[in-house]
Amino acid sequence: MAIFKVFRYNPDTEDMAHFQEYQMPDTSSMTVLEGLYYILENLDPTLAFRSSCRQGVCGSCAMHINGQYRLACETQVAAMGEIVTVRPLSHMKIIRDLVVDLTPFFKQFEAIKPYLIDDGNPPEKEYLQSPKDRLKLDHLVDCIFCAACYGSCPVLATDQKYLGPQALLKALRWVDDSRDTATNERLAYLATDYGVFRCHTIFNCQQVCPKDLDPTGAIGKLKMKAIKAKFLGRLKKTGSD
Amino acid sequence: MFYDIIVVGGGLTGLRAAVAAHDAGIAKVAVISKIHPVRSHSGAAQGGINAALGNHPDGHDDTPDRHAYDTIKGSDFLADQDAVQIMTSDAPGIIIEMEHWGCPFSRYENGKIAQRPFGGAGFPRTCYGADRTGLYLLHTLYEQGVKRGITVLYERFVTKLAIRDGHCAGVVAMNLHSGEFETIGANAVIWATGGSGRVYSVNTTNAHASTGLGVAIPYWAGIPLKDMEFIQFHPTGLDGSSILMTEGCRGEGGYLLNNVGERFMKNYVSEKVMELAPRDIVARSMQTEINEGRGFEDRYLHLDLRHLGAAKIMERLPGIREIAMNFRNVDPIKEPIPVHPAMHYTMGGVDCDKDGVTVCDGFYAAGECACVSVHGANRLGGNSLLETIVFGARAGYHAAGRVKEMSKTEDEETLDRAKREEADRYKQLRSASGRENPYTIKDELARIMMDKIGIFRNKTDMAKAVSEINILRERMKKIRAIPETGKFNYDFLWVSEIAGNLDTALTIAVGALNRTESRGSHFRRDFNKRLDDQWLKHSMFVYREGEPEISYKPVTMGKYEPEERKY
Repeated sequence: MAIFKVFRYNPDTEDMAHFQEYQMPDTSSMTVLEGLYYILENLDPTLAFRSSCRQGVCGSCAMHINGQYRLACETQVAAMGEIVTVRPLSHMKIIRDLVVDLTPFFKQFEAIKPYLIDDGNPPEKEYLQSPKDRLKLDHLVDCIFCAACYGSCPVLATDQKYLGPQALLKALRWVDDSRDTATNERLAYLATDYGVFRCHTIFNCQQVCPKDLDPTGAIGKLKMKAIKAKFLGRLKKTGSD
Repeated sequence: MFYDIIVVGGGLTGLRAAVAAHDAGIAKVAVISKIHPVRSHSGAAQGGINAALGNHPDGHDDTPDRHAYDTIKGSDFLADQDAVQIMTSDAPGIIIEMEHWGCPFSRYENGKIAQRPFGGAGFPRTCYGADRTGLYLLHTLYEQGVKRGITVLYERFVTKLAIRDGHCAGVVAMNLHSGEFETIGANAVIWATGGSGRVYSVNTTNAHASTGLGVAIPYWAGIPLKDMEFIQFHPTGLDGSSILMTEGCRGEGGYLLNNVGERFMKNYVSEKVMELAPRDIVARSMQTEINEGRGFEDRYLHLDLRHLGAAKIMERLPGIREIAMNFRNVDPIKEPIPVHPAMHYTMGGVDCDKDGVTVCDGFYAAGECACVSVHGANRLGGNSLLETIVFGARAGYHAAGRVKEMSKTEDEETLDRAKREEADRYKQLRSASGRENPYTIKDELARIMMDKIGIFRNKTDMAKAVSEINILRERMKKIRAIPETGKFNYDFLWVSEIAGNLDTALTIAVGALNRTESRGSHFRRDFNKRLDDQWLKHSMFVYREGEPEISYKPVTMGKYEPEERKY
């Protein structure tokens, strides 16, 4: 037995959000996502929440569950206790119930030029990349765009222009890729007002990442790389604003 | 809204098609998806993508032609051989292209892309990025879309095609962000909605989003489906949730064990092949072990990775370990993983040719929702990711060529009529007065499909399945009203998906009942031989007054004559 307290809000028809309680049946082997489906299918077809893969790889169902940002699909109800309180991710406009507007999140990702930039003359076969160089990308390429880090970041709470932990983690993925030739341009952009130096190193993003990635560490590395490049005069031309 | 080309579906196929159309000089391309493209189920593909690169030390002699032979034999000779040859000869080029676009493949010491062995393949030719190959490919293609500024209309739920005089003028979609129906017109529509695994509901490795509606929409519009009876069961779904435990587990050397600790695959195939026989054979062998009492709790077997050692598991199969720990509380470094066969892949789909061309002008299909066919009666692991990219690109290029010849006009009348029909349907669903819970119907359908259209089939069960599905279709007409929620009306979305599941399921069941032979994944206890004289042909399904009308068409043969499949 468990009680789900679920955040409900329809901004088109309601002035205030509220929590709605649902009495759940046997939840001993149920995930929180399965619980939400149980509500939708049996108790209340008006509940809105995103989901897709239900195996922790698509990132759809990140939400705030019992005091922590998590993926609903891999959170066992049994581990949450008798009351499961479910809220949407923070710092984003609520569209309805647990569905938030991810547009700014995806815009920040697009802003870092998230694609390989080379000199335009790729080899006939693959770029050779040593396992050691490939290892540098490990954990940077495993981000699933769930936005839990974004929702947990206190800087983003007050400053939506900040690129944020997800975009910056992904930025290091390109800076550290042995095949990418745009390192200095990337660092110059990442060192501008809303880039890496806006991070207050609070570690929330690292704490909540359901994939155990380390956006805080990635931002720290980018800061060091940007400072070094600046000292060496490599950021002079594009510069910071 | 009007575009030159719209792509429905934002997975690997859809994104590759959009990139191809853009690169072929089409200015206005849009990808439409009911979820955001990075949420697509392509991202859950783990094991890898096949190409005869010859990078593996044991793979020097591999060629696209050998890849083609393995694929055709794996298909139990139902694949169209011309299409297979295209796929396998395009394969090395598309892998290199994805690498040049930044895909983080795993590497050998010499810097080349790493390859691992997979079932039914004569050489180790499956390229991979740890056990997250699909995720890396999906992100790479999404990034290429960002680079090109391709429009992504996400959380638009396409429910209907707008067709007049055999030409597709676009689609009708509910914009989930506004709750309103919209028409999206185009000179060409590329359909890339993926697989239908959720017809089997919880007994599938597929995402919630992978439902039968993807093939039902074109089917309802009069576009034929092909080979629907061929449903792949993946040998290793995680016990309980059916989450995929990649074939890479066995590719890296994992064992399958029964309840007396025996590597039972030696009783079914040669000792050279063992766990790396094609999926249909491994799934049948496993189900036989379970049925004959050599499983655990009459339900599952063990996938044992322990002998691979912690280092190899952490390097090559980190995602598998994470899933096994999160969803089954089992650490594969210390314990075997409980697994059973689970519905995994739909070999059938919208009938199309090697360029995605269908009978409907301006309507293309590619990827898992389509049936070219390259997988025939059974798909080899590592060939589905390959199919998405090869045929996604081909559909994109062909559609671009076709669109350049056309005058760019919007058929507003056809689009508006389709939109009115959808609005009427919505109104009816809103004001329905029945008492049936649609989700009960979904669950009952899943039970019917698993029990009666499963790994082992027979006439009595399948005939029952057909009549029971028809009863569910009737009950679906008596469902309760769906509520009005405005934005993000997920009840409307899921109820529409269930309607699609039912009609797609019916084609699967009817096709299976009609095919009186065993071939690849379609195994009948009452007809346990492959009968080439009668059945070396594709099943075709056309929607006529609510029922699937079946006909057959020949398989395109080539240089490989059918032979008995021995492994």
